[in-house]
Amino acid sequence: MPVKTYRDALRAAMAEEMERDESIVLLGEDIGVYGGTHLVTNGLIDQFGPRRVIDTPIAENGFTGAAIGMAMAGLKPIVEMMTWNFSFQAADQILQNAAKIRYFSGGQLSVPMVIRGPNGGGVQLSAQHTHSLEGFYGHFPGLKVVSPVTPEDVKGMMLAAIRDPDPVIFLEAGALYGTKGEVPDGDYTVEFGKARIAREGTDVTLIAYGRQVNMLLRVAEELDGEGVSAEVIDLRSIRPFDVQTIVDSVKKTNRAVVVQEQWRWFSVASEVAALIQEHAFDYLDAPVERVSGAEVPAPYARNLEIAAFPSEAMILEAVRRVLYQESK
Amino acid sequence: MAATKRTTRRGRSNDASDNARQKESKVALDTDALISLYTKMVQIRLFEDACQRGFRQGKIGGYLHLYIGQEAVATGLLESYREGDRIITAYRDHAHALLLGSTPREVMAELYGKGTGLVKGKGGSMHLFDVKNGLYGGYGIVGGHIPLGVGMAYAAAYNKEDSIVQLYLGDGAIHNGAFHEAANLSGLWGKEGLNPCLFILENNQYGMGTSVERATANTNLASKFDSYGIEHEQVDGMDIEAMVEVGRRATERVRETGKPYAIEALTYRIVPHGAADFLEKYRTKEEVRKWRERDPIGLLEKRLTDEGVEEDVLEKIREEAREVVADAVKFAEESPEPDLSELTTDVYASEMHVADAG
Repeated sequence: MPVKTYRDALRAAMAEEMERDESIVLLGEDIGVYGGTHLVTNGLIDQFGPRRVIDTPIAENGFTGAAIGMAMAGLKPIVEMMTWNFSFQAADQILQNAAKIRYFSGGQLSVPMVIRGPNGGGVQLSAQHTHSLEGFYGHFPGLKVVSPVTPEDVKGMMLAAIRDPDPVIFLEAGALYGTKGEVPDGDYTVEFGKARIAREGTDVTLIAYGRQVNMLLRVAEELDGEGVSAEVIDLRSIRPFDVQTIVDSVKKTNRAVVVQEQWRWFSVASEVAALIQEHAFDYLDAPVERVSGAEVPAPYARNLEIAAFPSEAMILEAVRRVLYQESK
Repeated sequence: MAATKRTTRRGRSNDASDNARQKESKVALDTDALISLYTKMVQIRLFEDACQRGFRQGKIGGYLHLYIGQEAVATGLLESYREGDRIITAYRDHAHALLLGSTPREVMAELYGKGTGLVKGKGGSMHLFDVKNGLYGGYGIVGGHIPLGVGMAYAAAYNKEDSIVQLYLGDGAIHNGAFHEAANLSGLWGKEGLNPCLFILENNQYGMGTSVERATANTNLASKFDSYGIEHEQVDGMDIEAMVEVGRRATERVRETGKPYAIEALTYRIVPHGAADFLEKYRTKEEVRKWRERDPIGLLEKRLTDEGVEEDVLEKIREEAREVVADAVKFAEESPEPDLSELTTDVYASEMHVADAG
């Protein structure tokens, strides 16, 4: 299978589908002539022209709202948020229009669109440029929210997102744009609402999505050396949500640790913990542990930023707590 | 707000022949055409009166925003509606639905929260949609729908549809960032013929209880379109003939060029902002009285009477409208509530449970 970066897999999905479907247009800041701040759309304006690869002014509310209107009128827009931090400017459009138009039009209209861009922090961008918004957007019925981590998934999930008749919030692991993996050629989709077992195990279930999945795989490797068999689940999609895969795993391991970069309060990890106790209470041998970002605006200094996000050490500590092992 | 501010100003386009055309077309509306317009406006007025009663009786919930006083604006402009065009407006939307062909029954049933309503009882007064007739909503957040209209216009041009968007907004919305971002895009895309969008600024003089003078230092609202390279004009929104004329001319222009254009219709909401606000706090009885003298329906009645139309002809129109409204109210009252199963439909294209492993 060919090896591609996360970035190239993403671009391939959009370019291949744009070849097949003329109703797809891209909008965003500097996505055309400049090639995209993260080069995800690099070259597409040459391939598809400025009517389909639309450079916008820095006005997220305006161009996101316009994209919603395009979707209502028969196009399939893909909006790039240069980073999801800027999406608060467009939140009224996303939450008040895109998420609700099908409902309050009594089903007369669809909003088939994708809003995509890098999510999460880790490169010292400090408070206004560091957010993980899966809980924020996942809160709203009417939106679908996904967060792929492998290059293979990012292509298959982008193709699924473009073909989805509902608005999809596509949260990319920005820190992983350059990471490589095997990516099938051609057309395939990854269904939303199906989690992926990234590693099988029997002693403890580790759950995450986005770039924290890779961290969990490293932790699982370390635990393996200690004789602990960890199962790693990549949620892939926040809305819809795959409860069954998690419940099945916890029934097997009897222990769960949920990891996320976002803040703990009212978060995905909180929801996962609640679902596990609702569906697998009798199987639990320990309370579900949540490892989350510190409850502070993201700091700038490198050491403070590292302390603000989940680390392998924090996850190992949590695993030891659910295993009732002594801390090391 | 002085009731005398009704001169027509035109921005950027100083084409003298436009004025000449306006005069020509004003005389081109014959008596039958005027009677047809009168019938539509009376229908809206009486429908809105019935809404007010239903609201006060507690039969209509939520917010209720009436079009009383502004009837000439949508009535005149939608005369130029062509099949395939898309109409989008904010929450003062009953008239637009009725004029586009939604039945009084289904609109009233929506307001009554019934399953027979235009959007199955899921939206209410602020969210009327009738896509088969060109109505793309019906939005409750001031300014929030404006980018949608600009995007629909882009799609129409991209798909070479020969259709346009009529995008209605109130004077209150023009101070909102969404307007400025969307107008900027519209002007920009219009340079390439990619934005056949007719902006219709319904200046009813108040954003809720705040007058234009208390909301902006530049009270020439149409001039705000100058910033975005969108040509514009002001029109007397109480004069149905002026509205029909500008509608014909402006829609034709937008359709031909693919460029946006803006009309500021100077009008007045004779009734409160919502069905229950404190209008005496922010405007004087004298001001309301002056504007009532220019009630668009009253002006048209006078015009028709001058043309020799007998009062009994007008009374017959009013009587028929009363019957239509009474029938709509009866239908709404007797209709069943939405089935409870409708609670969870239309959230996604296919029924999707967020987490249902149970």
